[in-house]
Amino acid sequence: MGGDHGGANAELAARVRHVEALLEQRGLVDAKELDREAFLARAKPDNGARLVARAWVDPGFRDRLLLDGNAAIGEVGVSMGGGLQEQRLKVVENTATTHNVVVCTLCSCYPVALLGPSPTWYKSEAYRSRVVRDPRSVLAEFDFVLPDEVAVTVWDANAETRFMVVPRRPEGTEGLDERALADLVTRNGLIGVAAV
Amino acid sequence: MADLFAPGDRVRATSVDPSHHTRVPRYVRGAVGTVVESEGAFPLADDRARGLPAEPQTVYSVRFTARELFGEGDHEVTVALWESYLREVS
Repeated sequence: MGGDHGGANAELAARVRHVEALLEQRGLVDAKELDREAFLARAKPDNGARLVARAWVDPGFRDRLLLDGNAAIGEVGVSMGGGLQEQRLKVVENTATTHNVVVCTLCSCYPVALLGPSPTWYKSEAYRSRVVRDPRSVLAEFDFVLPDEVAVTVWDANAETRFMVVPRRPEGTEGLDERALADLVTRNGLIGVAAV
Repeated sequence: MADLFAPGDRVRATSVDPSHHTRVPRYVRGAVGTVVESEGAFPLADDRARGLPAEPQTVYSVRFTARELFGEGDHEVTVALWESYLREVS
């Protein structure tokens, strides 16, 4: 959806709404399905990256994000719901001494709203079974070698909570603004299998 | 209902291997961990999967050492477990 509500777009939007209403009336689509499609179109790792960049530049936001993820992410205009049931979000932060990595050992639970659809490897039996057992070796296979002195916590999203990692802010980025910082953050960083 | 466990409590995950769906991952069965926090109350997945009435029940985030789970390793694993999956460790 564009921000332009005038002219041809408005006419087009009205026609789309009319077709939607007809499809629903005739039982061909469910309104919830359309909401879900719209939700998936908005769900991408940029959302998670924006949250991380805000946390890096705003210590107050960082604190709120770690304390109550669901409440804080609204400040950046994203939510864990959106056509689907709202899911509990727990945000965990990497530091100089601790590193976090996320998995769902039972299936493939994942914060879709913030990261978009999950990558194939996240759903693979190899990742799901090995990262809980030997995270350092798995991270090394992603070309991400953690120093021995950094403690590793693996978060299993096996029930009702979805997890997102706040990577460490890279050195030498003091001069970058929030938007440029967000561009540094990758999907893999938000899962915890990359440094950023 | 008040939570049975508080952050810092030591708990043991059930070692029962049920014939139905459960959210107790096999690798934590029988292991002892420490409660991190309550995640709130949610209907028990085991009951929901079987179409049984499922009362909301507290889910806890529980931290286990790799040594406790696998006999080796220097990391920790945090798993979400419903209250009825857990036993108090004295």
